[in-house]
Amino acid sequence: MRERLENPVVEGVSKFLVPFMQIFALYVITHGHYGPGGGFQGGVILAASMMLLRLSLGEEYEHRRFSPTAATFVAAVGILIYALAGLVPMAFGGRFLDYAYLPIPGLSSAELRYHGILIVESGVGLVVWGTLVTLFDHLLGSEA
Amino acid sequence: MSALAGNYTYYITAFLLAIGLYGMIGKKNLLKKLIGMNIFQTAIFLFFIHGAVKPGTTVPVLDSRIGMDAAAYINPLPHVLILTAIVVSVATTGVALALLITIYRRYGSLEETTILERMKQSS
Amino acid sequence: MSWYTAIVLALFFGLLVYAESDLPDSRDTSAPARTHIASRYIEQTYADTRTPNIVTSVLADYRGYDTLGETVVILTAGLAVILILPRKDRRR
Repeated sequence: MRERLENPVVEGVSKFLVPFMQIFALYVITHGHYGPGGGFQGGVILAASMMLLRLSLGEEYEHRRFSPTAATFVAAVGILIYALAGLVPMAFGGRFLDYAYLPIPGLSSAELRYHGILIVESGVGLVVWGTLVTLFDHLLGSEA
Repeated sequence: MSALAGNYTYYITAFLLAIGLYGMIGKKNLLKKLIGMNIFQTAIFLFFIHGAVKPGTTVPVLDSRIGMDAAAYINPLPHVLILTAIVVSVATTGVALALLITIYRRYGSLEETTILERMKQSS
Repeated sequence: MSWYTAIVLALFFGLLVYAESDLPDSRDTSAPARTHIASRYIEQTYADTRTPNIVTSVLADYRGYDTLGETVVILTAGLAVILILPRKDRRR
């Protein structure tokens, strides 16, 4: 499962399909406020698009574009975004994870909580994406 | 009998739980035990989600035609719990598969009795 | 299956059925799991957060601390797999 498939139909279809999957995943993350969706679902769709590329185009080519170390780094950045969205309000007078004290000027308290939810959901999406791609790479990539 | 008509899905969920438990304790192959654990987790998700449904109500997304009446939407709290639980179960299955790969490389088999014999021989 | 596995499974199933007969009827709208805090979340989520999706606002705002814990669990599972199965072609 690690080498390139050398099958033009599979390669052509997956190269065509992956941009639509990734845009749909970003749509699911950002439209979590208005319909079913949110960070977890969009992160899983993003990870599935990466797995499709790794299965059909081979490991050597894909790891130069998005290496396993980069996937772990993305997961760590996601949890850092979530923790910062919790700690920054403490410096401005609120409690931990109190989005009404975020330092964005000119918005009311309810709209600040709206944007706090958006920041937190994108952090969760990055964590899920990075962790699932890391799992895939390490389960397939350790030889005996 | 009306208790049966109101709660019959809970009994079906209990049956799925028993199937998952049989997979975990009755089978000797480690991969089948892992699949039994996944069946058990799926039955728990179904149990929670069914506990949230009320008759005559709709999904918990506020609709401007219905308003903010609390009796017109289903209970959102079990959905919140199960959303994260599904992704956590995927990650847990990944860690369990990593452990199974390590065990296979060390002992050469995935059957419980063979692994215990080889552990006794090597010690 | 052997007979003691069958006895354990029958006991388990019987215990679950006995416990589940005590649950409130699923058509009952006045059960306590549905009226105390769930109705407060449904009624106040638009005034507090202007988010129509109640599940997202409960997950990320009212219960955001639990979501932080679960996200840390997912990251820990990823780190555990890196430690158990390292990749063998790391460039030095």
